[in-house]
Amino acid sequence: MADHDTLPIPGTTLFDGDAAAKGYALNALCYSFNDAANRQAFLDDEDAYCARFDLTPVQRKAVADRDVLGMIAAGGNIYYLAKLAGIFGLNVQDVGALQTGKTVAEFKQMLLDQGKDLAHG
Amino acid sequence: MAEVVGAYFTSHVPAIGGAIHRGDQQTPYWKPFFDGFLRVHEWLAEVKPDVAVVFNNDHGLNFFLDCLPTFAVGAAHEYHNADEGWGLPLYKSFAGHPALSWHIIEQLVGDEFDPATCQKMKVDHALSIPFELAWPDVDAWPVKIVPVAINTVQHPLPSAKRCLALGRSIHRALASWQGDERIVVIGTGGLSHQLDGARAGFMNPEYDRFCLDNLASDPDALTHHSIHDIVRLSGTQGVEVLNWIAARGALGPTAREVHRNYHIPISNTAAATLLLDPV
Repeated sequence: MADHDTLPIPGTTLFDGDAAAKGYALNALCYSFNDAANRQAFLDDEDAYCARFDLTPVQRKAVADRDVLGMIAAGGNIYYLAKLAGIFGLNVQDVGALQTGKTVAEFKQMLLDQGKDLAHG
Repeated sequence: MAEVVGAYFTSHVPAIGGAIHRGDQQTPYWKPFFDGFLRVHEWLAEVKPDVAVVFNNDHGLNFFLDCLPTFAVGAAHEYHNADEGWGLPLYKSFAGHPALSWHIIEQLVGDEFDPATCQKMKVDHALSIPFELAWPDVDAWPVKIVPVAINTVQHPLPSAKRCLALGRSIHRALASWQGDERIVVIGTGGLSHQLDGARAGFMNPEYDRFCLDNLASDPDALTHHSIHDIVRLSGTQGVEVLNWIAARGALGPTAREVHRNYHIPISNTAAATLLLDPV
């Protein structure tokens, strides 16, 4: 491993073994949302549904607060968290806005701006 | 003898599936991306593949963190999509080619790779969307598939060098396969994008151009970056370029670029489409 491989990347959390171990219960909750019946059960009684997954208090609070950065800090992986976001009809621009403190319109404009100087093709 | 007829690479952003479902291909937002597939359709009609070896990454449909292989080769008779939890349409099923899958697995293990082997494997949008883009008007896919899943979710990820070597091992398997199939290799995902964290929305056209410029002529150039480098340069999900690197290895030693399209943004992603011919 090169020395610079240990340097943090700003605004970025690598989902490594530590995160995967810490986040297992939270990610298991989100993975269960591949099943429509589980999505409905979550909507019907969020507390009761989350109680099945043995979340840490920090993870439960992050879910309750819809705090995406908090979920990531608690070991959530975005591919699984996206399934939770989907329950609320949120797409990756909505989730991007939540994480960057932008409005959704500002976040979308930031994406568009990155392409405006490209010669196409 | 079987022939490797070429390689097709494309982004697999889930929102593409929504755009297809709504018929948005010619709207201003989507047209620059979808127009890049007219040449893909012509090329596929020219090279006429009947088998596809597809390098892709699961997004939490088939694999969870309880058991997450670094490399997994499908060896099923058929592969099905299923509910991914975020409202995508359900995609068509695929016919497998288990005999070729096991031939590839024999070669890989003979070359000292240690893949998981999956006689059942659900396939997600990372596999289905490239097919929807390539063959938009078919009732059933015209090719059988061998899916190869690379872990791009949980670090440590396999290095770019290892993925290129994996692809080259699969090329040796294809070169020795005694069937008469016409085989296309497919790499899906990328290019630069990051969905998570305060850097969400990050893209990097400069690094993407480096990848696109070197993939045909000097794929080893892409292996000089560590995974950490690739995350820094390409974003946390930009590491899906590993699928492209492995597919390039499977194409064979030398290649020529036929077609390229690059567009920012599609959803949160720098979207790219590339065709390579073997030389």
